[in-house]
Amino acid sequence: MGTIAVVGASLSGLHAAEALRAGAAGAPGYEGEVVVLDASPTLPPDRPPLSKQVLAGEWELAQAKVPLADRLGELDLDLRLGTTATWLGPDGGDGRTLGLDDGTELQVEGVVLATGAAVRHLPGPPLGGVHAIRTGEDAVALCADLDAGPSRVVVVGAGFIGAEAAATCRGRGLEVTMLEAASTPMVRVLPPEVGAFVADLHRDQGVDVRLGTGVERLEAGADGRVRAVHLADGSVVEADVVVVGIGVVPQTGWLEGSGLQLGDGVVCDGTMLAGPRVVACGDVARWPNPHFGEEMRVEHWENAVEQGGHAGRRLLDELAGRPGTPFGPVPWFWSDQYDRKIQLAGRPAATDEFVLVDGTVEERRFAALFRRGDRCTAVLGVNRPRHVMQARMQLAESLAWDAVAARFAPTD
Amino acid sequence: MKVVVNFDLCESNAVCMGIAPEVFEVRDDDFLYVLQEEPGEELRDKVVEAARRCPKQAIVVED
Repeated sequence: MGTIAVVGASLSGLHAAEALRAGAAGAPGYEGEVVVLDASPTLPPDRPPLSKQVLAGEWELAQAKVPLADRLGELDLDLRLGTTATWLGPDGGDGRTLGLDDGTELQVEGVVLATGAAVRHLPGPPLGGVHAIRTGEDAVALCADLDAGPSRVVVVGAGFIGAEAAATCRGRGLEVTMLEAASTPMVRVLPPEVGAFVADLHRDQGVDVRLGTGVERLEAGADGRVRAVHLADGSVVEADVVVVGIGVVPQTGWLEGSGLQLGDGVVCDGTMLAGPRVVACGDVARWPNPHFGEEMRVEHWENAVEQGGHAGRRLLDELAGRPGTPFGPVPWFWSDQYDRKIQLAGRPAATDEFVLVDGTVEERRFAALFRRGDRCTAVLGVNRPRHVMQARMQLAESLAWDAVAARFAPTD
Repeated sequence: MKVVVNFDLCESNAVCMGIAPEVFEVRDDDFLYVLQEEPGEELRDKVVEAARRCPKQAIVVED
């Protein structure tokens, strides 16, 4: 009886493990050993609540559980927390060797790569009071600093994680400055109307939003904690706490020598197969999404779940010599900021046309479609979940602009 | 089959509505309404899928 290793026990890895056991129509579940490894000494938390309920102090970290956390016992996994995979050998014809940080090796017939991504840091030495929000420990440490009642929190980066952190800090009654190096938040990936809306939403709530100003350096006080942020334009913002949300980097360094193709993620085919006997899923996986005809790497919650399941089934196919099926979802995510729920489904680009189809940006409640030629690439909703989901269902059928737009045509 | 929603967990993401609009509806007040608490068996697959994909795991399907 063989062994499959799942590297990464976060959302995506666990869903892959579940799929390995569950099998699929016409394909039995895996009966060999399933070893699930994670560098974290405890089961990684569900991430969406980290920047919301946990940071707000409303939830204990233990409440932020991934859906499978209570069902792991049923899956008969060899869960090895606090264990880091350090290298993966090339395909040996009948299996691969996985090296672990305790010096041991695992002989495996299949591997699921779900190592996720790690946060980018600001240059310079680590300082007290400077936080990311990625792991449970990150959230707890930041929460403790917020509990101490800082006079000002500076959020670096106005992407969704930074914006959620800013909203949660305002919800705690703290003074917040949000910095963004670009002229408009998220302008590299979304039409500028979206970032302009996000900036205004936060200004409405009393956040000092500063755009087009990068961070020059952080200044430490005598106690070794941050005391001010120096900006590229020469201005200085005093801060007791700094939250850094400037993106993540897929964790692929340990895979040099595996024979796998790496490049901003583990490069997979359209079925999530990365190489012989290896699949990848979640934040670390890059694949050509056949529905969009575009290569992508998606860091969203739902993608971690669905892609994990798909990758697990794909590995069963691989081991049985069956061809895989393509993975072609319409990516979707949500972000809760203040009393606004922002949802986006699809695959937008910064240069897409922003077409409002319901409500107005001014009332902070609207739905918009993104148009690229005769295609609808995505739908964005602010407190418009119904519109987003209806458009998403249509996008899953066809990206044709006319078909999606017709759903929002006036009916009277 | 009985559909039970834990409204303390529900965040009205409307994923369920996308999958099973016959059973779940998020209205303009941003709240989720369960249109059929005991839907017919023909909807079971959709309802189970909706429960599985709920990001807050707020839907329980009781037999």
